[in-house]
Amino acid sequence: MRVPPPAPPAPTDEQLALRDTARALLSRECPPARVRAAWDEPAEAAAAPPAWVALARAGVVGMTAPERFGGGGLDAPDWALVMEEAGRAALPGPLLETTAVAIPLLAALGGDALCDRWLGGAAAGRAVLAVGLGGAPYVADAARAHLLVLEHAGEVHAVERAAVTLTAQPSVDGARRLARVAWQPSAATCLADGPRAAAQLAAAFDRGALAAAAQLVGVARHLIEATVDYAKVRTQFGRAIGSFQAVKHHLARAHVAIELAWPCVWRAAHAVAGAGADRAIAVSLAKARASAAALGAARAALQCHGAIGYSFEHDLHLWMKRAWTLAAAWGDAAWHTERVAALILDPTSQGPAHA
Amino acid sequence: MSEARAATGDAATDDAAFRAEARAWLRAHVPRHLPPMGSPEGFAAHVAWERALFDAGWAVPAWPARYGGRDATIAQWLIFEEEYYAAGGPPHVTQNGVSLLAPALFELGTDEQKDRLLRPMAAAEVLWAQGWSEPGAGSDLAAVRSTATRVDGGWRLHGQKTWSTRASFCHAMHGLFRTDPDAPRHKGLTYFLVPLDAPGVRVSGFRRLDGDLDFAEVFLDDVFVPDRDVVGAVGGGWKVAMATTGSERGMILRSPGRFLAAAQRLVELYRRARATASPLDRAAVARAWMDAQAYQHYTWQQAGKLAAGQSVAAESSVAKLAWSELDVAICDAALGVLGPRAELVEGAPDAVDDGAWIKAYQFALAGPIYAGTNEIQLNVVAERLLGLPRE
Ligand SMILES: Cc1cc2nc3c(=O)[nH]c(=O)nc-3n(C[C@H](O)[C@H](O)[C@H](O)COP(=O)(O)OP(=O)(O)OC[C@H]3O[C@@H](n4cnc5c(N)ncnc54)[C@H](O)[C@@H]3O)c2cc1C
Repeated sequence: MRVPPPAPPAPTDEQLALRDTARALLSRECPPARVRAAWDEPAEAAAAPPAWVALARAGVVGMTAPERFGGGGLDAPDWALVMEEAGRAALPGPLLETTAVAIPLLAALGGDALCDRWLGGAAAGRAVLAVGLGGAPYVADAARAHLLVLEHAGEVHAVERAAVTLTAQPSVDGARRLARVAWQPSAATCLADGPRAAAQLAAAFDRGALAAAAQLVGVARHLIEATVDYAKVRTQFGRAIGSFQAVKHHLARAHVAIELAWPCVWRAAHAVAGAGADRAIAVSLAKARASAAALGAARAALQCHGAIGYSFEHDLHLWMKRAWTLAAAWGDAAWHTERVAALILDPTSQGPAHA
Repeated sequence: MSEARAATGDAATDDAAFRAEARAWLRAHVPRHLPPMGSPEGFAAHVAWERALFDAGWAVPAWPARYGGRDATIAQWLIFEEEYYAAGGPPHVTQNGVSLLAPALFELGTDEQKDRLLRPMAAAEVLWAQGWSEPGAGSDLAAVRSTATRVDGGWRLHGQKTWSTRASFCHAMHGLFRTDPDAPRHKGLTYFLVPLDAPGVRVSGFRRLDGDLDFAEVFLDDVFVPDRDVVGAVGGGWKVAMATTGSERGMILRSPGRFLAAAQRLVELYRRARATASPLDRAAVARAWMDAQAYQHYTWQQAGKLAAGQSVAAESSVAKLAWSELDVAICDAALGVLGPRAELVEGAPDAVDDGAWIKAYQFALAGPIYAGTNEIQLNVVAERLLGLPRE
């Protein structure tokens, strides 16, 4: 029997301070009106994504970059808390892709010339990075990316925007810019192949799934907080709808799911940072629970709002649609549950990593 | 629970040593199979095991040493629970004393009460039953009608308690009685300790869903209880009961170790039966296993908050909803895997694991009912954690 991993420590004061900085910055730079405005921007907009410059200036975009490129050299537990805030604000744009996935991938595989060329700019917010890994058919924010990090047949490639052809694939979440990417892999674009690429791709995918899980918790928390506020003021039958048990139970169940999801995300963040053998299980647990929690929160939020929540003019749908799309991205709950099933149940597997 | 030590590098080393020591002892001593608790011979067998645990210092690891514990931290207690159930340890027959009465005594009992009651409770010398529910008072606990009337040197108790787990095998009962019929509902209650062999007490066992003799009614007719067996203030019974509910709902009663072990047995069951299990069973097994992991991570986070001196009061309702539903999910998944053999009970020649899963399923179904129904817990979450208005 293997020794279970120790419980992760509580967030440090530095981690909480970074989170608070991000929260304050996002509430200033990315209010709901800004999220809504992102829906109307042309897909090929050259301008930086919402709050991008401010986030970069605060060290958030580059927090994963090595310090010699002006980055923070931070690891998953630090940025997971920030990703939660990005979800809470429904921040549009590729913070997840650039910061959690692409920067560490380039830093690991890029070589001096490529890192010199891109990482400083990415950390400073001048260069936006997009990623297309594994089976994902679409690349988010490809149109406004300067460099795309793409997987091809087990190899990692870095391709400049000018060298790819995009077909926009509009998403139900209008602030999410998806495109199919056509491009030509070549020796010049290839950063790594073989086992070295495979290990980095697996780690990059888990960082993406973890970041999505953290954002989903933030999205879900906002959905429930906003709905609780509404349920306190909307009256029917002469009393606040939040006093009705049916409404309470919708919201309480959603709250319980969120409360159980976050410790899984936090645990996964430490598994990603520690690169232990249980990383895949920890990440899949986090993403599966966070996806389900966010989808449940979206259902509860809409139901408890009634028709006002169903209207396009109300802000609720900005978060609801982010819940739908992020829940499906980076492996949905079913995909991650199956990944756990394969690891714990199949004959060749080592069994549960900790039980 | 004793003062938690701050997490340090040394604590990690201590915890690893603690785990190793617990594991070694448990592997060598946990009994293979005990008959169900709800029978005279099963109860006696569980009591004997509990005494062996106590003698080795493992019955109440997190209690102070003077009461028979070893001053373990919360983290160590969670580790012990993981090891206990992983080794196949049976549920604790002392539970309704150790997990339900003791937390209230630690918080509100007198030193005399603690010195007199805690050690025999942990040593399984005095077995305790919980006497809260009455025919007219279930979820609405403050509706209890059993009374206690002041007399010289103590009180005279009248009334009826029900659903009292294993009271027909226990020595004493702790519960709520109405001492002031004119006071507002929650204010007129007092918490009493009642010997079940006192004159005027009649205990009548009856069977649970699974057929075991685990329930009992307790009838009280002019039962004398001395003043020293009042817990907390006269009229302060509700406060004592609330000191219990936090632990009853939360991790003290149902730590993750129990469910991690059940989830592990589920994985092993699936591996044995995979040839006949469907893809939907497989998904249910994985999901239930993940539920147990999530509850573990949640509990460790809560334990960290406790160790840091934060209070986790209404959060115990979140825990209760989580553990009770995941327990049902684990059993549901197992029954799905077993298919046509799921209904076979202990003794059936073809029963897998001697019918343990259908037995466990029946007990799991009680989880959403006892310790405050899940509907009540959802109300608590909504009102106390989300701040929604009362009905
Ligand atoms: C296995 C088991 C062991 C037990 N052991 C003990 C014991 O040792 N000692 C003891 O004192 N008691 C014990 N109980 C009793 C337990 O505490 C009660 O069952 C519980 O408090 C619920 O009360 P009730 O059964 O009367 O259900 P009721 O309160 O009648 O509830 C019936 C249904 O109505 C719902 N309901 C009631 N009020 C509300 C409300 N305000 N809002 C929404 N829904 C509501 C409930 O959620 C439930 O679904 C045990 C019960 C079980 C099943």
